[in-house]
Amino acid sequence: MKTFTRTLIFISCLLMLTAYFLPLWHIGLEAPQYPEGLEMKIWLNGLTGNIDQINGLNHYIGMKFISVDDFKEFKILPYVFGALTFVGLLAAVLKSRRLLIVWFAGLCLFAIVGFGDFYMWEYNYGHKLNPHAAIKVEGMNYQPPLFGYKQLLNFTAGSLPDTGGLLVGLGGVLVAIAIFYPPRRSSNHTK
Amino acid sequence: MKILNYKLILPAAAFLAGSALTGCKPGQGGANTDADAAKKVYVAPGKYDEVYTFMSGGFSGQVAAYGIPSGRLLKVIPVFSQNPENGWGYSEETKPMLNTSHGFVAWDDSHHPELSKTNGEDDGRWLFINGNNTPRIARINLSTFKTDEILELPNIGGNHASPFCTENTEYVVGNTRFSEPLDNAAGDVPIDSYKKNFKGAVSFVKVDKESGAMKLAFQLIVPPFNYDLAHAGKGPSHDWMFFTCYNTEQAHTLLEVNASQRDKDFVMAINWKKAEELIAQGKGTKTPAKYAHNVYNEKTHSATSVMENETQTLDVTKFPGLVYYMPCPKSPHGVDVSPDGESIVASGKLAAVIPVFSYKKMLDAIDKKQYDGTIDGALPVLKYEAVLRGEVKKPGLGPLHTEFDDKGFAYTTMFVSSEVVKWKVDNLEIIDRSPAFYSPGHLSIPGGDSKKPYGKYVIVMDKITKDRYLPTGPELCQAAQLFDISGNKMKLLLDFPTIGEPHYAQSIPAEKIVKNQVKFFKLAENTNPYAVKSEKETKVVRNGKRVDVYMTAMRSHLAPDNIEGIKVGDEVYIHVTNLEQDWDVPHGFAIKGANNAELLIMPGETTTLKWNPYQQGIVPFYCTDFCSALHQEMQGYFRVSPAGSNVPIKFSIGVNPVTQ
Ligand SMILES: [Cu+2]
Repeated sequence: MKTFTRTLIFISCLLMLTAYFLPLWHIGLEAPQYPEGLEMKIWLNGLTGNIDQINGLNHYIGMKFISVDDFKEFKILPYVFGALTFVGLLAAVLKSRRLLIVWFAGLCLFAIVGFGDFYMWEYNYGHKLNPHAAIKVEGMNYQPPLFGYKQLLNFTAGSLPDTGGLLVGLGGVLVAIAIFYPPRRSSNHTK
Repeated sequence: MKILNYKLILPAAAFLAGSALTGCKPGQGGANTDADAAKKVYVAPGKYDEVYTFMSGGFSGQVAAYGIPSGRLLKVIPVFSQNPENGWGYSEETKPMLNTSHGFVAWDDSHHPELSKTNGEDDGRWLFINGNNTPRIARINLSTFKTDEILELPNIGGNHASPFCTENTEYVVGNTRFSEPLDNAAGDVPIDSYKKNFKGAVSFVKVDKESGAMKLAFQLIVPPFNYDLAHAGKGPSHDWMFFTCYNTEQAHTLLEVNASQRDKDFVMAINWKKAEELIAQGKGTKTPAKYAHNVYNEKTHSATSVMENETQTLDVTKFPGLVYYMPCPKSPHGVDVSPDGESIVASGKLAAVIPVFSYKKMLDAIDKKQYDGTIDGALPVLKYEAVLRGEVKKPGLGPLHTEFDDKGFAYTTMFVSSEVVKWKVDNLEIIDRSPAFYSPGHLSIPGGDSKKPYGKYVIVMDKITKDRYLPTGPELCQAAQLFDISGNKMKLLLDFPTIGEPHYAQSIPAEKIVKNQVKFFKLAENTNPYAVKSEKETKVVRNGKRVDVYMTAMRSHLAPDNIEGIKVGDEVYIHVTNLEQDWDVPHGFAIKGANNAELLIMPGETTTLKWNPYQQGIVPFYCTDFCSALHQEMQGYFRVSPAGSNVPIKFSIGVNPVTQ
């Protein structure tokens, strides 16, 4: 394993670690009465932002209250992600291309499961609207956006990666480069 | 007789002055209006004003906040008067704020807003205001625009020279307009024994640096003059406080004549640092006095009222070096100190000049003992010529108040000739004059009484507005006028009606206040004993004839919304907690036929309405603040049963599956 590859792995690991102190995802809401916007930030281990206000508004359409306690994910995510990052480090230290591939596969799986889980939560929030709610949403369902923007009544909801998410994503790209970048051309760079 | 003639001349002179200056009839005034005025006061929709102006509500007892340059009313802040709009002084939590040694006094006459200062500059933390009638000083918190504290002052009648503050808000003062026997003297004396039995009292109220908490530190017992206004020194004159005195004749009847006899009254200069030292050395005399101290707590959302029973006094005649008098022409009203702290400008209401005293010369005169006699055989009167820096000649008729800009100019209101006069502080020359409509009292330049005036605008407050606006019967509003003072000539930009009497105002750049705004109270920090943090905790509890309803409000329902088991003759306390945690979502609460008021409950706050159901029946209650699309649905019922009936307490809210 070339120094270049190992450097990439180390940088990638550093980027991954930002997930512990930067928010990963960001959901923003904007409406005429809220020009300053309401937001919810998703972290590796919890939620922050205007959750009370968002809950207050969601009750009009009968959406379940969002509560951090309902997400068991936040209890295990920091460990799973930590373990994954550790595999990455190990790959660099042991100069193991095998481990590197395991790590990459793990990261891909993590992303797929993560987004799948996120989608299911959103689906459940948007499709189990209380039939007694004051405002009936057309078709009684509303799928919040997984990525990008969507309009609901007076609100525009936007769902985008936050700083931590972007850095972790960048880390993932570096891992991909480490694996797929032709080694002989990388030797030109290193020497 | 001479006086009488003089007064007869005034209306005629005023008319002549007005017409000569404007070149047109009163009411057609507009000569000095800037052609660009509309543009200069236009604040586009969604944009903020540049300056906050806090105006006293005068006889309304409140304070109003306006945006400048638009002149938009932003908020009426309830202070000394009950305010049914939001339950101030009606709710159980705020009633103690209006407690005094005379009982519950739910009105007052508020005159002089004073912004707290740090290093002689407005810091935007608190606003103080006097209650003139039942002597009080209130402190408004400018992060919430709520009155946080009201301190009554003993031994004072007509708390007019109040609440002016020292350079770092070490103290705010309050001083007697009506001298009277001290409170503990009981005062059953013939009124014509005025000179013997009546006293003035200057109160120094200590302000805590961090919390703003007020405490009556000491009172100086001074001769029984009428003390009108005050300003603290700054910079070199930091240690001094200046008060105007009228009625140095010590008359007690028909003051219009009897207090206008002397050619010169006084500016009283007090060395407050020295007074503070004397108090620290234990020279103060403990004197019985009864006065209320009311404090509003932002965490319990409720006020407490404590009755104090003692004050410390210093008889100034016994402590040389504490007080000096500077002669000042004819019934002085305003006294103002220039930004550099060197010039002290006083205005005689009936004088034909504006005397400008020099702080340096005052110290010199004290040093050289250049006295012109004494008062009460102990208090030196300094020689007029020795302390005078010069006089502003022929300023107009009835000079009242002066403020300063950032370019070395002073602006003085002329009450009788209805104008504002601009003059240069260093050479005392008049530069410009502009008519004001009509009878201007105070004026306000942002930072105009501080070390760092912001300049740009002067706001002039007028007592008379007849023919300026659409008429409203015999009672017409009072008004404020905004002048652009950025150029050499003053230009009238705008005039706008105000609440009550805009007696004085202080203005401050908006940025100093906006950054500290509280948007809602944190529900988690609400420690009101009757607060409930969720609908699950709502309940109704009977204890004898007392019933406590623990209620919550949120968009768009009150919980519980059906309450039974209330009986005629009960005392029902409805404690409403607003569960919202969002800016600008108050809820209201009102009961049909309630004898006091409604409530307005801020997000995260708990407020209590006391209700005495007096007849059986179903009584609706509802939210009065249009809070959401379903605001009209925000309602409920009390069932009131006859006294002695055995309907049990029962409360409910329909099954609400959409709340947690
Ligand atoms: Cu409401």
